[in-house]
Amino acid sequence: MAVSPIIVSDLMGGYNGTPVIHGCNMEIAHGEIVVIMGGSGSGKSTFLRHLIGLKEPMQGDVSLFGESLYGVSENERLKLLKGIGVAFQSGALLSSLTVGQNVALPLVEHSDLDRETIDIIVRMKLDFVGLLGKEDLLPSELSGGMLKRVAVARAIALDPRLTFMDEPSAGLDPVVAAALDELIIKLRDSLGMSVVVVTHELESAFKIADRIVVLDRGYIIFSGTVAEIKASSNQRIQNLINRVAEDEEFDPEAHLRRLVGEA
Amino acid sequence: MEQRLDRIAQRTTRRIADIGLGLIQAIAFVGQAARLIFDSFYLLIRGPSIGQPVRLRHVVQEIITGGIQSLPVVVLMAATIGVMLSIQGIHSLRIFGAETQVTFGLALSIPREFAPLITGIIVAGRSGSQLASRVGSMRLNGEIDALTVMGISPVRFIVAPALFGLLISLPILVAVATVASLGAGQLYIEATIGIASQAYWADILSVVTMEDLAHCFGKSVLFAFLIALIGIVMGLGVSGGAEVLGRATTSSVVTCIGAIIAADTLVILLL
Repeated sequence: MAVSPIIVSDLMGGYNGTPVIHGCNMEIAHGEIVVIMGGSGSGKSTFLRHLIGLKEPMQGDVSLFGESLYGVSENERLKLLKGIGVAFQSGALLSSLTVGQNVALPLVEHSDLDRETIDIIVRMKLDFVGLLGKEDLLPSELSGGMLKRVAVARAIALDPRLTFMDEPSAGLDPVVAAALDELIIKLRDSLGMSVVVVTHELESAFKIADRIVVLDRGYIIFSGTVAEIKASSNQRIQNLINRVAEDEEFDPEAHLRRLVGEA
Repeated sequence: MEQRLDRIAQRTTRRIADIGLGLIQAIAFVGQAARLIFDSFYLLIRGPSIGQPVRLRHVVQEIITGGIQSLPVVVLMAATIGVMLSIQGIHSLRIFGAETQVTFGLALSIPREFAPLITGIIVAGRSGSQLASRVGSMRLNGEIDALTVMGISPVRFIVAPALFGLLISLPILVAVATVASLGAGQLYIEATIGIASQAYWADILSVVTMEDLAHCFGKSVLFAFLIALIGIVMGLGVSGGAEVLGRATTSSVVTCIGAIIAADTLVILLL
């Protein structure tokens, strides 16, 4: 049986010794699109940073294709990370390089391919995201949607088996967001890629997800299909998917203490 | 009275805490810089075998941006210093009727002191700030994280080329500054007190020793380390927004220049 692209075991992580993620477990199958959802402050971004090797967990581990991400040296970890692709929310393109150079970067750094072949692959990847012909533009000359699509092209440059996307459709108009959703589905269907998408866009999540994982206050409170999440009886999940504001219990004494700076 | 004592005690403990915090930050700064030096040299030697080679083209790019582009301003400033020292030297030595000895003054001071110091300060102002702002904005834009998740070590991609670029370009710039400064001094001295070019350079070469040149080279290497590491560490420390980036850039220039002057004084006192 093939090893899972990613297994998260008993992951606990946070900042300055304060846990934000509590004992999370997750496994993703080959060719599966998993959407991680949750409200603001639910720990989605921290969770993602742990998954992509940017933040050492306080406890637990993440394994990529059967190999521990945090139980190895820094150089070994970098080697493991070559096998995944990540498209950041802001694109995180190198501003001093052109679009073509950005997409070519992983190929130049990690392959022995000649310049001509790299150029062909770059054009193929840009064609895949609908940006063929934009090779010579600088990131500062691109729109938000184009930046995200170039980030996707760079993430898939080395044909990884697992790709992560952070808020791919956030801040985009509905047409561009829909195009990005189609692109994610295309990655799974035509390249057999496993994709982990972190988003809070419900429409997009329901359209692309094979499975939805809901994070709430650092805990995974739900993992299931779109139909299952819609049928969930959990009130917090219903509030999340129906966009219902939650009233926190109001304690007048505690509130007063906070106002005078005693708590 | 009691309240006043309380306030004094509070202020004193706050000051002590600030000093302690500053000390811890300084130690952390030095530790991070030492780690970056170690990692850069490690990747320079072992990088190719572990798939993290420091690329020559990146180092050359840094030599161009940090060195060659600084050349005009370095030559101009060094030449100005050469002429100023000549003017001042002739003026002071004339009191004793010894203005022809001005060449010895230039030979003793320019290679050992003025050329490395002036070049260091100019490059600190130009390349140090540029490094801090480049690394800082890369950090803010998530470019450093992006490199890491692409399996590219940020040390070999950003830090090592900048460090090695400056380690190569600064000694060359200092050598050029020395020649420019002495050359400008020669032109002024020939024009004012008529010492011929051949006699001038013969005097200079008779005074300048290998030790002076080693001193000049050693200082330029030391300054290159300081400029590169202060710029990079300050850039890596940027978090928040554009305002913090601006502060880090300004602060890196001030810190670089302060560190260069302090290191220069220390070298003079010790050697």
